[in-house]
Amino acid sequence: MLAYIIRRLIQSVAVMLTVALISFSLFQFVGDPINNMLGQEATSQDRENLRERLGLNDSIPIQFARFTGNAIQGDFGISYRMARPVSEVIMERLPATLELAAVSGLFALTLGIVLGVYTALRRDGWLSNFIMTASLVGVSLPTFVIGILLIYLFAVELQWLPSFGRGELVQITDNWSTGLLTESGRKSLILPAITLGLFQLTLIMRLVRAEMLEVLRTDYIKFARARGLSQRAIHFRHALKNTLLPVITITGLQLGSIIAFAIITETVFQWPGVGLLFITAINFVDIPMMSAYLVLIAFIFVVINLVVDLLYFVVDPRLRAEKSAAH
Amino acid sequence: MADTLLSVKDLVVEFPQRRGLLRALDQISFDIKRGEILGVVGESGAGKSLTGASIIGLLEPPGRVSGGTIELDGQRIDNLSTAEMRKIRGRKIGMVFQDPLTSLNPIFTIAEQLIETIQTHLKLSDKEARKQAIKLLDDVGIPAASQRIDDYPHQFSGGMRQRVVIALALAGEPELIIADEPTTALDVSVQAQIIDVLKNTCKEHGAAVMLVTHDMGVIAETCDRVAVMYAGRLAEIGPVREVIKHPKHPYTIGLMGSIPSLAHQVERLVQIPGSMPRLDAIPEGCAFNPRCNRVFDRCRTERPDLIAVEENLAACWLHAKEAGA
Ligand SMILES: Nc1ncnc2c1ncn2[C@@H]1O[C@H](COP(=O)(O)OP(=O)(O)OP(=O)(O)O)[C@@H](O)[C@H]1O
Ligand code: SF4
Ligand SMILES: [Mg+2]
Repeated sequence: MLAYIIRRLIQSVAVMLTVALISFSLFQFVGDPINNMLGQEATSQDRENLRERLGLNDSIPIQFARFTGNAIQGDFGISYRMARPVSEVIMERLPATLELAAVSGLFALTLGIVLGVYTALRRDGWLSNFIMTASLVGVSLPTFVIGILLIYLFAVELQWLPSFGRGELVQITDNWSTGLLTESGRKSLILPAITLGLFQLTLIMRLVRAEMLEVLRTDYIKFARARGLSQRAIHFRHALKNTLLPVITITGLQLGSIIAFAIITETVFQWPGVGLLFITAINFVDIPMMSAYLVLIAFIFVVINLVVDLLYFVVDPRLRAEKSAAH
Repeated sequence: MADTLLSVKDLVVEFPQRRGLLRALDQISFDIKRGEILGVVGESGAGKSLTGASIIGLLEPPGRVSGGTIELDGQRIDNLSTAEMRKIRGRKIGMVFQDPLTSLNPIFTIAEQLIETIQTHLKLSDKEARKQAIKLLDDVGIPAASQRIDDYPHQFSGGMRQRVVIALALAGEPELIIADEPTTALDVSVQAQIIDVLKNTCKEHGAAVMLVTHDMGVIAETCDRVAVMYAGRLAEIGPVREVIKHPKHPYTIGLMGSIPSLAHQVERLVQIPGSMPRLDAIPEGCAFNPRCNRVFDRCRTERPDLIAVEENLAACWLHAKEAGA
């Protein structure tokens, strides 16, 4: 068990170093930041001083080591555009993205499981067929189209929900202001959360359905039937629990992609999260901001991956036995 | 007849297919007495599993019982509602599947699965049910049952798992156990043990057994009577010694001859030429007629019913009274 965790941790570190290298190389490829920072009129002496100060004269490996060392401490330098520490700006924006991702993840997961189980158990019902067809539409429409359609319907036509922003916020810690505590905040969250979660919802639903149908065909379900267990026990105890096991992995990873995909939704709804921050950073070639975002997203993916793995490990007795037997 | 537990009469099972109905079981009739072990043999595809599935009401759609009756304790069970049938399954009829590796739910402990099954059928408290579960594991020969009970299925060997499966099948104290090739998936070294466990535990618990197997040795040692199936029909049924030593149906005669371990009991090793027909190509008259070495005209036009010959029943025209055989 311990050896397994250690191996997974080493893998995670390797992934993070690779991503750090990619983020770092952004600095090399996008040209000399000195021009951006000092403008055309600076003297060559000024340039040389700044170079020295930023450490641009050191060798590449040393620069990378410094970049990594700083990154570990959460220091990604100063934003070219805002002239403020990148980590400070990101921490300000992160709550917006995390709240959006959490709510849409929850939405996708609960509805995905419910609909997946329903369509599996009522395989030939007209409602199941309708849900399956509708989910195809959901998968094939791009996120921004869904967002715009929702805005058109609920914000413009019906005027039930706001079309952009986070609504009224409440400061709960120094850098966490939440929209969940006010009505306008919650209302503002609905459309973006649906937009962001719809794709994952259909994915989870189809996964749960396929997995459930698979499980319902297994011998142990047939044997459970042959023992006269109730329909409820068979479907919701024996089958569902086995269905959800592999679903954990996939949905856990989906949470990571929800955060990453938030870029588009945040842009459509002008949602002030890190995704929108990243888009703006790209427009302004704000390299420190972009590289910090990449590292952050990778970090979130790696952590989720790790947690999901360990969770799966805890839930599945077979895996527990195999892994501990292997060491 | 008070000692008749199960009575199957003219059972027909059909699968609707694009080109009409496929008749997979055709007028199967047999009885099982209380506490008796009935062996069922026949080539692959003869309909052994379907017969078991029909009795316990677990035919996979679109397959359905489209004719005949199945009676248990004198009560018809082939036309019960789903809810009524669920009360029969596990409580009156239990089932043991072929592969113990896949029969147990991998994420529940043995205790959870046993106790759940016991409490589905018997009004027992958690504590009593657990005690009963341990006793069942004891009965099927799991060593240190009170400790092993909280283990997961993967912590048991194949043979031990099949013992657990037998315990589970008996948890609701059924009167009949359908065991469909219960040892085929097991290591040869434990097959005999498991058959013994099945036989003895069912005897102790007063359950009759319908034992589907390909192993004539097992039939000879374990069963009271044996039914021989061919192409969805019953070819012959009778006391096990009679069927083995004095088979009446040419197919059974061939079958016994092709078992090497029993070959010394018959004069020569008989090989049956040809193979069993597909269900959609069963010849008119006797289904066995293209392969039969004693075939005559009547066999090609008229289907033989089961005819009493000494202690056996055989579906063969050779034994028809008017044929003067
Ligand atoms: N879903 C189905 N659709 C059509 N035909 C089926 C279906 N299930 C079973 N059959 C047919 O019914 C026949 C009997 O099948 P069954 O499983 O009872 O055979 P068996 O005697 O148990 O064979 P085995 O020794 O291989 O287990 C087979 O010929 C098979 O083709
Ligand atoms: S009925 Fe005819 S074909 Fe069929 S087994 Fe008897 S002799 Fe052979
Ligand atoms: Mg079979």
